[in-house]
Amino acid sequence: MEDQKVIVDKLSSKSKDARRKASNGIFHGLVILFSLITITPIILIILNLVEKGYRQINLHFFTQIAPDSWDAMQAISQGKLIPGGILNGITGTFMMVGMASIIAIPLGIMIGIFLYENGNKRYANFIRDITDILQGAPSIVLGLIAYLWVVKYITHGFSALAGAVSLAIMMLPLIIRPTEETFKMIPNTIKEAGVALGVPYHKIILKVMMPTGLSGLMTGILLALSRVIGETAPLMLTALGSQYVSFDITKPASAIPLLIWNFYNDPNLVNLIWSSSLSLVAMVLALNLISKRIASKRK
Amino acid sequence: MVNPVTEIKKPVLRIQNLHVSYDKNDKGKYAVANVSADIKKDQITAIMGPSGCGKSSLLRALNRMHELYPNIVTQGKIFLNDVDISKLSNIELRRKIGMVFQSPNPFPSMSIYENVVAGYKLNGIKQKKNQRDEIVEKSLKDVALWNEVKDALHKRGNFLSGGQQQRLCIARALAFQPDVILLDEPTSALDPVATSKIEDLLIKLKKNYSIVLVTHNMAQAARISDYSMFMYLGELVEYGKTKDMFTNPSDKRTEEYLMGKFG
Repeated sequence: MEDQKVIVDKLSSKSKDARRKASNGIFHGLVILFSLITITPIILIILNLVEKGYRQINLHFFTQIAPDSWDAMQAISQGKLIPGGILNGITGTFMMVGMASIIAIPLGIMIGIFLYENGNKRYANFIRDITDILQGAPSIVLGLIAYLWVVKYITHGFSALAGAVSLAIMMLPLIIRPTEETFKMIPNTIKEAGVALGVPYHKIILKVMMPTGLSGLMTGILLALSRVIGETAPLMLTALGSQYVSFDITKPASAIPLLIWNFYNDPNLVNLIWSSSLSLVAMVLALNLISKRIASKRK
Repeated sequence: MVNPVTEIKKPVLRIQNLHVSYDKNDKGKYAVANVSADIKKDQITAIMGPSGCGKSSLLRALNRMHELYPNIVTQGKIFLNDVDISKLSNIELRRKIGMVFQSPNPFPSMSIYENVVAGYKLNGIKQKKNQRDEIVEKSLKDVALWNEVKDALHKRGNFLSGGQQQRLCIARALAFQPDVILLDEPTSALDPVATSKIEDLLIKLKKNYSIVLVTHNMAQAARISDYSMFMYLGELVEYGKTKDMFTNPSDKRTEEYLMGKFG
């Protein structure tokens, strides 16, 4: 008892109190400092893109295809804006990401449900590990695989389909895990309520579990989309790029990141990389914000 | 006080030599061991017992809820109005035997209206709109929830209190006009006021429905049940009129449980 009393006295003494306040203040300051250090690059990136790219952004930029080098050179020598835009990139990106979604979303959700239902069975654990490995696989390797499967044997040439397949493989793990986690968070009693009404299993999944976890599923899907929308490496090996707007999935197609790479390699077009990057970042940011909004809704 | 008419009525459920085991491989270990009993029609039957005595397992065997979990093995026979329940399809069986769970579990993605008719909707049973409106109104009136939610039928039920949600779940079970309603500790997650509302409701409902109620609250069993079962270690120790059991238990274990010596 005596000892305890001494300790209490020491703790409440004034010097201790002041020191505690000071260390609290230092820690508080450090937290703010580090968070500033973290967000500074992000803000600088966006500011840089806006500063260098805003001049090129106008309606033409989104409605015309990429200019050729000669036209751009002439425009530059006359001191005009570079003509043309990134329409072929936008359509290509939408087409390939769209096809990738058609492949990856149903498949990913089904695998996620399988993992949820089979919890700790050995086979489910195996699939889970494979999914994690796939998530860590370098994207260029996935591009190579899509090249091997699709470019070589199915379309016999670079194609939008091959690009979509490589993106779909990237999307799969990003959809599978959130689906499983979302379903795990739904209380088991909700499922039992369905069973107690005599509802068949597939309808419980489709009409009870999926609507209940919809926001979680959407978050996973949107994050997967925002992740693959800016992928460049796998598309170089599969979709190759195209100068025209093309909706033929067996032909090469362009994409915004591919265009950025092309612009970068052409001294006459290099100024377009900023406005293209700005559009791409805006799209990814929008997807991220939407998925955040949906995710916060579920609470 | 006992109505002579109910005495002659046939039992709604007959349980014969029911065994429930949670482990396929361990044949000797039963959660419910050799239970036989007749559940009386239009009465409230309470199943009591200490935790782990098998009362929930018995209840869940009555509507074959165990089929959800492949590890659980059920042996023995259960007859609903002389029909073997293992011969009925899931939807037939569960239209006739509704269930309400421990914690309120309305479907979060559905409105109050959709929740009440969820059984019809999810099973693809087609109905006209006015027919459906009728079912919703009647079910919600039966559980005394209609006046509280009639202006918010098409909103989601998450603004409802726990007791209201539980009554919504009872309404969902009533929508099928079942013969039997199984309740698995329906008030253990509720406050006393909500609990007494549900108890009043159950007493009202027994005019038209046979009710089987699992409870670990002896006072609740004494208040509202007509018949009581006492289970211990998977065994049905005693089954009889609630009044008789509480005043003059015939088994020593029942007496000790009711005296609060264990459980």
